[in-house]
Amino acid sequence: MTFLFYFVACLTIISALFVVLNRNPVYSAVMLVLCFFSIATLYLLLEAYFVAVLEIIIYAGAIMVLFLFVIMLLDLGREAALPKLKKLDKALSLFLVVIIFLGILTLTMWAGGDLHQTLNPSSVGDIKAVGKALFTDFLLPFEVASLLLLVALIGTVYLAKRRVK
Amino acid sequence: MATIIKSYEPTFWDKLYIPALVQGLLVTFKHLLRKKVTIQYPEEKLIPPEGYRGLHRLNKDANGRIKCVACDMCSAACPADCIDIIPGSSPWDDGKERYPVSFEIDLLKCIFCGFCEMACPEEAIELTEIYDFSDYTREKLIIDKDGLLDVYDKTKDKNYYSNSQNLTIKE
Amino acid sequence: MDFLALLIICVKVLLVFAATMLTVLLMIYAERRISAFIQGRLGPNRVGPHGLLQPIADGIKFLMKEDIIPAGVDKPIYLLAPAMLLIPALMTFAVIPFGSDITLFGRNIPLQVADVNVGILYILALTSIGVYGLVLAGWASNSKYPLIGGLRSSAQLISYELTMGLAIVSIVLLSGSLRLNDIISQQQGHFLSWNVFKQPLAFLIFLIAVYAETNRLPFDLTEAEQELVGGYHTEYSSMKFAMFYMAEYANMITAAALTVTLFFGGWDLPFLNETSMGMLGVVLSVAAFILKTAFFLFLFIWVRWTFPRFRYDQLMNLGWKVMLPLALFNIFITAGYLALTI
Ligand code: SF4
Ligand code: SF4
Repeated sequence: MTFLFYFVACLTIISALFVVLNRNPVYSAVMLVLCFFSIATLYLLLEAYFVAVLEIIIYAGAIMVLFLFVIMLLDLGREAALPKLKKLDKALSLFLVVIIFLGILTLTMWAGGDLHQTLNPSSVGDIKAVGKALFTDFLLPFEVASLLLLVALIGTVYLAKRRVK
Repeated sequence: MATIIKSYEPTFWDKLYIPALVQGLLVTFKHLLRKKVTIQYPEEKLIPPEGYRGLHRLNKDANGRIKCVACDMCSAACPADCIDIIPGSSPWDDGKERYPVSFEIDLLKCIFCGFCEMACPEEAIELTEIYDFSDYTREKLIIDKDGLLDVYDKTKDKNYYSNSQNLTIKE
Repeated sequence: MDFLALLIICVKVLLVFAATMLTVLLMIYAERRISAFIQGRLGPNRVGPHGLLQPIADGIKFLMKEDIIPAGVDKPIYLLAPAMLLIPALMTFAVIPFGSDITLFGRNIPLQVADVNVGILYILALTSIGVYGLVLAGWASNSKYPLIGGLRSSAQLISYELTMGLAIVSIVLLSGSLRLNDIISQQQGHFLSWNVFKQPLAFLIFLIAVYAETNRLPFDLTEAEQELVGGYHTEYSSMKFAMFYMAEYANMITAAALTVTLFFGGWDLPFLNETSMGMLGVVLSVAAFILKTAFFLFLFIWVRWTFPRFRYDQLMNLGWKVMLPLALFNIFITAGYLALTI
């Protein structure tokens, strides 16, 4: 089990790195899908089946397909030929990355030495638990999120309709 | 602007589509059970109808001699220009003066229009019902006088395909 | 986990895999024969008795063909795409129970490869993954027809997945579980406890969505021959092309089995209690499952050779403006009914 965990965790990080470092957008998208899969596997190892499956259905199955769709329609193949970043830009982005990484590290250290969760994840990730949490404790964020999506939807319809007179 | 003329207003029942879909399925199911029309070719052969224009033959007269007088009418009528006749004086001395020394039809050029049989004053050339005479080389598909006379022997009595011996697979 | 348990699992995996592949072969044969019958022809009947060995002859032919990789394709993805389609298609069957429990060596063995407690979601997840195979095949081929086919398929699958999911939700509401075994046991008893009779609208929606999901006529716009040559697999040849074909049929088999499980009681025979009948019950239940699935597979073929293809805008209209509202309406009614009765 531990071996599996390290293997999948490495896979997650490597695929995530590929997403950022690859210059071909389609490859990045495929790598991102692989990344989602490894994350889902991590959930599986935690026995949170529901969350794992949701990860795949929503992120890998729906959102990434749309991403790919858009990438293909836009034909971003020429991205690979773009000039490389300048030295200053490189330094700046490296600086930001280090800052954010350190920030996350301090936050987790601050929160407590033990990184392992005390709660049994399979009970947290259970479908009933998720449903209950959504409709009781997190009702407001849930509704706000749905409103946000509605706004985005209306915006899209407006943008798409405007051209056709 | 194109004008749209509505000739038929679908009713609510039509708009449900499901009954129509089921109807369509039933139609195809009926076809599924119907008798099949396929003819299993090498074992079964289609008997072509009367007047079918297939492989040529050169007819023989009552004495078993070739009827053709090498007048070249068929060759002149042929739109595909695929009949090649070398005439010669006949070896018989009963009034028939000419006969073809060689008579070749290039079956690959022929379009089976039947003009040759219409043009022939002697009713010497005819198109038979034989349709399966394919071969592997171009040379073999140029049929000569003997071949054409052979076809006559095979087809003079009855339909080539109703003759059961021809139904077996040949080499 | 002891050795015997491991062995049993291996045997089950092999069994299901072999059965799926065999059914794929049979389906390819059946498709050609039935389409021929519907058109008044005989179809392939030369290779083996009644032409039954025809799919094997086809397979050999595919293996002998030259494997063409066109210049200008994106090689890694081009090579990967058929596998990306075929693997999820074969994995899906793992959670579908194909018979009542069997007792062997003093053990209770469920006839199902994996009893996942989110079984339905597992299937939905895998079907949504299958899209990548199509889309990436279309993109990697670097040719216009496959690209159009791939784009069409992604749009189509996303639209109809939603409807299919909503139709399934109403079933889940009834059974109160995502586990396929629970859904089957909730349908046991007599005829009317099957979900088709409880949820006719959901059944209809699900059936239509399934045809769209498996890219079968009347929804086969991704490979519409008249417009797109061959759709996403235009540039593929040899065994890779065969893999696309196998994936399509494997998907159909899973879809038919899922339809049976969700709406026709799975392996359940009405008025019989299979679990109390011992070995006979097991055999009967497996036979019932196979027969029911076979019917839906036949329906796939039957429908394909009956209806013409949709136009793309009609497809989208049907999906978003008719099926989606109907599915939502159905959930609403079901939930309302459950809320009032429980
Ligand atoms: S059938 Fe027509 S084409 Fe053929 S040889 Fe006779 S005239 Fe020529
Ligand atoms: S076949 Fe008839 S038309 Fe032709 S050369 Fe002989 S006699 Fe004349």
